[in-house]
Amino acid sequence: MDFADISPKLTVLVYGLVAFAVVVGGLLLLLDVVPTYFARRRERQLIAVAAGDAPAPPSGRPRKPREFGYAIFFLLPVVVLLLIGLVVPVIRTLLLSLRNGDNSAWVGLDNYGWMFSNDDILNVLWNSLLWVVLVPLVATSVGLLYAVMVDRARFEAVAKSLIFLPMAISFVGASIIWRFVYAYRGEDLDQIGLLNQIVVWLGGTPQQWLLESPLNTLLLIVVMVWIQAGFAMVILSAAIKAIPGDIIEAARLDGVTAWQMFWRITLPSIRPALIVVIVAITVATMKIFDIVRTMTNGNYDTNVIALEMYNQAFRYQETGQGSALAVFLFLLVIPIVVFQIRNLRRQREG
Amino acid sequence: MATTTPVLPATTAAPRPKNVAGRVRQRLNTRAATVVSILIAVLWTVPTFGLFISSLRPEDAIKTTGWWTFFSEPKLTLDNYNEVLFGQSASSGQLANYFVNSLVITIPSVLFPVAFAAMAAYALSWIKFRGREWIYVGIFALQIVPLQMALVPLLSFFSRGVSLGGITLMPAWQLDDEQKFIQVWFAHTCFALPFAVFLLHNFVSQLPSELMEAARVDGASHAKIFRTIVLPLITPALASLTIFQFLWVWNDLLVALIFAGGGDETAPLTVRLAELAGTRGNEWQRLTSGAFVSIVIPLIVFLSLQRYFVRGLLTGSVKG
Amino acid sequence: MAVFARRRQAIVIATVVGLALSATACGDDSGSGSGNESSAECSAFEKYSGNDGKKVTIYASIRDTEADLLEQSWKPFADCTGIEIDYEGSGEFEAQLQVRVDGGNAPDIAFIPQPGLLATFANAGKLKAAPADTKTSAEANYPADWLKYSTVNGTFYGAPLGSNVKSFVWYSPKTFQEKGYTIPKTWDDLIALSDKIAATGEKPWCAGIESGDATGWPATDWLEDIMLRDQSPEVYDQWVTHQIPFNDPKVAAALDRAGTILKNDKYVNAGFGPVKSISTTAFQEAGLPILENKCFLHRQASFYANQWPQGTKVAEDGDVFAFYFPAVDPSKGEPVLAAGEFTVAFADRPEVQAVQSYLATPEYANSRAKLGNWVSGNRGADINNFTNPIDKLSVQILQDQSKVLRFDGSDLMPSAVGAGTLWKAMVDWINGKDTASTLSGVESSWK
Repeated sequence: MDFADISPKLTVLVYGLVAFAVVVGGLLLLLDVVPTYFARRRERQLIAVAAGDAPAPPSGRPRKPREFGYAIFFLLPVVVLLLIGLVVPVIRTLLLSLRNGDNSAWVGLDNYGWMFSNDDILNVLWNSLLWVVLVPLVATSVGLLYAVMVDRARFEAVAKSLIFLPMAISFVGASIIWRFVYAYRGEDLDQIGLLNQIVVWLGGTPQQWLLESPLNTLLLIVVMVWIQAGFAMVILSAAIKAIPGDIIEAARLDGVTAWQMFWRITLPSIRPALIVVIVAITVATMKIFDIVRTMTNGNYDTNVIALEMYNQAFRYQETGQGSALAVFLFLLVIPIVVFQIRNLRRQREG
Repeated sequence: MATTTPVLPATTAAPRPKNVAGRVRQRLNTRAATVVSILIAVLWTVPTFGLFISSLRPEDAIKTTGWWTFFSEPKLTLDNYNEVLFGQSASSGQLANYFVNSLVITIPSVLFPVAFAAMAAYALSWIKFRGREWIYVGIFALQIVPLQMALVPLLSFFSRGVSLGGITLMPAWQLDDEQKFIQVWFAHTCFALPFAVFLLHNFVSQLPSELMEAARVDGASHAKIFRTIVLPLITPALASLTIFQFLWVWNDLLVALIFAGGGDETAPLTVRLAELAGTRGNEWQRLTSGAFVSIVIPLIVFLSLQRYFVRGLLTGSVKG
Repeated sequence: MAVFARRRQAIVIATVVGLALSATACGDDSGSGSGNESSAECSAFEKYSGNDGKKVTIYASIRDTEADLLEQSWKPFADCTGIEIDYEGSGEFEAQLQVRVDGGNAPDIAFIPQPGLLATFANAGKLKAAPADTKTSAEANYPADWLKYSTVNGTFYGAPLGSNVKSFVWYSPKTFQEKGYTIPKTWDDLIALSDKIAATGEKPWCAGIESGDATGWPATDWLEDIMLRDQSPEVYDQWVTHQIPFNDPKVAAALDRAGTILKNDKYVNAGFGPVKSISTTAFQEAGLPILENKCFLHRQASFYANQWPQGTKVAEDGDVFAFYFPAVDPSKGEPVLAAGEFTVAFADRPEVQAVQSYLATPEYANSRAKLGNWVSGNRGADINNFTNPIDKLSVQILQDQSKVLRFDGSDLMPSAVGAGTLWKAMVDWINGKDTASTLSGVESSWK
């Protein structure tokens, strides 16, 4: 590796960083300058009114449009990027789901009909449900439990890094690690998978773990929990740290047990963070794809929606059917959106 | 911020149980807690540890015996790392190149979404305008869009530009070689925003409203409030978002494959490692060492940002 | 199987690296003065001239060391003509190619291993017809049957590039000699040999169909190979084009015949466990027990040569070699199942056509063959350029005009079947699903 190879890359990186500074800095500067300008103008207008030269500017009303103007600037990058990067694809997917495999004719709701008449889809839905229920629940519980227990322990930083470690590994990497754990060799051979070795040590016969449904889906879920517990732990641990010390101290002086402390003080205090964690893990789990693809490729009744969607759209050239599955995935998020709206309302009122 | 700093001193002060029974009970709790947490830590670490040991074992040993046999007959080699790090093929070059690519991809792909999302989160929380709830919920809902469905339209946006009814609204980008980094940043930024806005909105919206109102009364502009009040208060949240975004980008394969291509000018580490691992099927020795090579940087980032977490997120502390 | 190219080409043995290195050295010698080298070496490429400084992008599933060999093989061409060939290989080739084409970012040339996928792009109007040059040279060097696979609605889209022979059974010549086993010439011989081995208490066969997101494909090769033996090539053609239903009794008979080996607990799965272990055994590892005398027979394509550990002698008198997967009734001829990739273009600029035409020539085939580890069906190629015994044997079979050649059936079917339901069906079948419901499941998925 010599510098000649790297320098154009670094040049691009520098451009990127400059662009970042210009865009973000520019927006903030703009937001500083523009209001000042308007304030000055308003001042001048007021002076003019006072002098009796001009009609009085409408008072009270302008405040709202002006707020909206600021909001536009703050929101502009996000809205533009999302329109290009995600909203257009959503619309396209909706349209594609009404067209046939090679996108040459409209087929109405045929793709949806296919989805619900296909035997495999029931299995896919059941598996996805299992994932969406179990992963957020278990991962959050483990993360929370661990965050509470290592809180202010002696080797906290190390302990937290250990659980966080799986987060640093890609989904594909994690799947490979766990395929190693579940690996199977014949009874008469040395086992290379830890799980089967433990079974053998305990006097059992090695199993082909990934073949038996529904156990195999649970074993895949373990991988996702293993990864996401670190995420839950990081966020929840930070939230726990933020509980004011005087509350804890007061409770301690009252002689509450650790158990009571957890339920009466810790849990209510970190509720917002808990919601963030559960929602985030749920959404990530709905889109789960790599783990199943790497470990079983959806065989042995382990298939999930996102993997089937990918296969249909990109491997089987059935874009219509793949898109229909994607739309189904969109619909799944509605309950969470409703929950989020209610949450928001309550927060605003509270 | 001053309200939260006194948290730490309380920890060092040992709790004073009122009687012997209380003291015993607390001990038990801590002891049980210690045991359980060690158990979890072990469970969580063993697979990675096994991987690490495997990465140091010779190829045939990996394939025929379990990594735990290492303890009875230790035999270590750095060949696997040597192969992954310095093994080079004329068509793909050395791993170091890909390392640089990963960094060039990751840094802007983290900065842009974090900054944009922070601004949006502020606007959605503290600027009062009509419809902001709907915008927020819309952004929130976009989290569900599977990346795979967004690839083709976005690629088309770069390679064909935007035209409506035969009129070109925006020309194609025509990016070549290193310039392809730009479209990777763009793609990562787009895909990261829904979660980033969601996460930051949660924290920004819980800042004490008295603080904001006081600042407004003092005549501070939104930009000023954002810079001087909001940003410092949400630093821990920004730090956690930074870490997660960093990990996603660093470990991403799909976006890189489409937008960066496979050459050593732009492809990140993941693309190269996937190739190394995939070319000969179950190449455990390359997989294991490759996985560790790619873990190093994320781990450093995590450890260096960890102190921000320890300071604690502001969430809940003020509002309860 | 759709992935064969990725597996075959990508699978790289360390021995190749040695070859590659020596070849690089040679390449450097000739390449050093290439720019102004208009002498003898370059005269061969004169008809491709006039494209100096142009760039052509190629996208394929061939990666790593094999990709290095490819790039070397066309280096003299690139140096002399001044065409810059920008090659990219990807393990996600099939899916990525579709994304890139849909996204308006198609490569100039792709090596597509699935005629089914090729037809999809052709029908969508994405592919350019092959230039006249390519067509002439392809017609002169390949059997008409083979070129049909890259011809859609009468338009010829591209010549074959690399190939491989699937109708092989791997065995250990050493062990066969020690134990007095002979190479079976008919199906009945094969079963007799299997019984003989099984009677000693050993399991004769080993198999594995795990292959990541392509799990199941090695089993489809079994079905196709036996279909071709049980029935006439004409019935095979009807089957892959869906003129007879997938659950036709003829197909069921073929699958059942495969089952007499693959689902026979006395025969499989040597070195790995019971029948079910076939579905979780990586195809790359499946044949390796042959080296430890734990397994005696392993049906896999010629490219499996790359899987043997370094130092294994792959030759008729070596540690391992392959024999022709015997015909059921040799008097009806010996059909051969083969596969390979086709060079198709998404652009028709002159420089793209020049590259496409060059890759179709026997000269190119020779240039690539000399670097080793490659099989071509190009009848103009000189067999002496193929060095590995198994490559040589494969080329002999492919060049033999008397053999009936058929392309891997699952690559001809629509991807949803050939790379989807069929693979999954074979996995279920190995795991105990009966033949009838396995096949009717595939039939119902074929629209």
